[in-house]
Amino acid sequence: MKRVLPIIVVLIAIVLVWYAAAIGMNAQWQSDVYRRANVTDVPFTQFAMDTWNQEKPVLPTAHQVFGELYNSTVLVAPNKPRSLLFHAWVTFSATALGFVMGSLLGIGLAVLIVHNEAMNRSLMPWIVASQTIPILALAPLIVVIGFNIFTGTLGIPTDPARLISKAIISAYLSFFPVAVGMVKGLRSPEAIQLDLMHTYNASANQTFWKLRWPAAVPYLFTSLKVGVAASLVGAIVGEMPTGAVAGLGARLLAGSYYSQTTQIWAALFAASILAALLVIAVGVVEKLVNRSMGARPA
Amino acid sequence: MSQLQYYLAVVAGGICAAALGFSLLTPLESGLLLKAFLAVGTLSLLRFVVPLGLWIDGAIAVFGAVALLTTLGVYAPTPAFFWLALVGAWLFSWLFVERLSHALAWRISDSAGLGLLIPVMFGLTILVIWEVVTRAGNVPQVILPPPSMIGARIMASLPTLWADFQQTFLKAVLIGYVLGCGLGFVVAILIDRSPFLKAGLLPLGNFVSALPIVGVAPIMVMWFGFDWPSKAAVVVIMTFFPMLVNTVAGLNASSVIERDLMRTYAAGYWQTLMKLRLPAAGPFIFNALKINSTLALIGAIVAEFFGTPIVGMGFRISTEVGRMNVDMVWAEIAVAAVAGSVFYAGVALIERGVTFWHPSVRGA
Repeated sequence: MKRVLPIIVVLIAIVLVWYAAAIGMNAQWQSDVYRRANVTDVPFTQFAMDTWNQEKPVLPTAHQVFGELYNSTVLVAPNKPRSLLFHAWVTFSATALGFVMGSLLGIGLAVLIVHNEAMNRSLMPWIVASQTIPILALAPLIVVIGFNIFTGTLGIPTDPARLISKAIISAYLSFFPVAVGMVKGLRSPEAIQLDLMHTYNASANQTFWKLRWPAAVPYLFTSLKVGVAASLVGAIVGEMPTGAVAGLGARLLAGSYYSQTTQIWAALFAASILAALLVIAVGVVEKLVNRSMGARPA
Repeated sequence: MSQLQYYLAVVAGGICAAALGFSLLTPLESGLLLKAFLAVGTLSLLRFVVPLGLWIDGAIAVFGAVALLTTLGVYAPTPAFFWLALVGAWLFSWLFVERLSHALAWRISDSAGLGLLIPVMFGLTILVIWEVVTRAGNVPQVILPPPSMIGARIMASLPTLWADFQQTFLKAVLIGYVLGCGLGFVVAILIDRSPFLKAGLLPLGNFVSALPIVGVAPIMVMWFGFDWPSKAAVVVIMTFFPMLVNTVAGLNASSVIERDLMRTYAAGYWQTLMKLRLPAAGPFIFNALKINSTLALIGAIVAEFFGTPIVGMGFRISTEVGRMNVDMVWAEIAVAAVAGSVFYAGVALIERGVTFWHPSVRGA
């Protein structure tokens, strides 16, 4: 209770500020509406209620956003393009594929880096440098060109091709935290532990599977949590440019084209909920793995 | 010589010998330089009789790269031995890096300059392979233009690139970055005095850091218009939370015993803050500044996908992709990469100066 109370108070404060801001930001439009209807002397309560329930508000209020979320998830069949669940699923599948690809790539790179000094010295600076490059700038290129290659040269049908192009961006964003975290984790066994493996005459393979890998597992999960959030960002941005019709990113773009502010906010909240679920899912797996590895609860 | 180096040397020399054999089928006077490289590469097999220094491997690799680049376009359908020569040159550069890093591992003291050579060599190898493969293999420019073409495009369109850079980086990114980081810093110092607010805001801040915040871009474009203020607003939101969370964590970094020492000096809140807690928070704050330097550029470029005046890096990228001017897209990406790296390096450099006392800086 002591931990939850401050969060609740802050959340309530945010909602209050939100509604107050909605009055201010939607006021202009509302007074225009009144002027055109020749309505004068509107009581403030009426005015506030109207600003909170506009059709296309500058700032939609919480109940409008959650109403839209409810309408487009519960009231619509999940296989219809009007359903947010449908879009969330499209985004999720690209995120998951990219996350798996990126994590495997990151782990592979980390293993190479830990085992080979030349790899460490030549790859590590470039891995870090790769993140100072605003790679999301590449998103339109990868989505458009990649899509054309996949459908044209390789003859993959459109939907999987679109999925793969988005997943590549996700993978690029998520490999970095995993690679860096795993390098740290695989190096975390101390010299004395490595020496013990030496005295057991353990091969490099055995040292890896019995010492380095288990030691790296906590680092792995910490970086996987960062990686899965980054994957989602990659998938959403991959949906924004150039004609994607499905996915939360496409939903954001469509909302911005048609000034459907409530729809944008609903998509944004859906994306946030998806992000939270993904991070929680990784956390649950972490708990299970820890338990099966015999870790004591911290 | 380790096992890996042994194999590398054998394979590199062997491939050169095989390629030399194939190349003898063509008229002797064509591609002389390439043949000279193949001959030298074959001769390197003598290393098993007379040991060769690692610098000779490096020289062979560089010679191979030069030979490959100058021979591009000599043969109309690229012959097999040309590709073998590419593989051979790549193996020599790998062997060189492998041996150099081994040599450095044994005498760590003077590794500063030479250590830099290894990643540079790696980068150059990638560039050369990229150039040779795209041009010799006739890869369509739409898929991947060669680096030389991208370079030529950068030179040819400097004014456009500068205008885009100005719009996106100098206006949106820098202003948004300063505002977002400054705001996060100030808010962190304010809520630091109230444990209640800290307990309420920190979990939320951590949560928000995991959210796809770039999604607010369309909203900001709607609120602040098409020009740079909307992009700066996205950058502010993206950089605010990492800064807030890190600064609060940093302010708690000084230990109780150090704070007690300040109390015995009768230091007030502000004195403790300025002389103990902020310096101790330095590494955390710079960590956030470094994370934010890349986030800021991403935020500004993505926000431009949602509508801009007809200038800006994100705008240029999305329109030129549509027109299949892929070399221009790569030119923009190159500019963005350089800008991002320089920005990051600048922050890292300032960090070294400010947090000179921290073990991670002192140790290096």
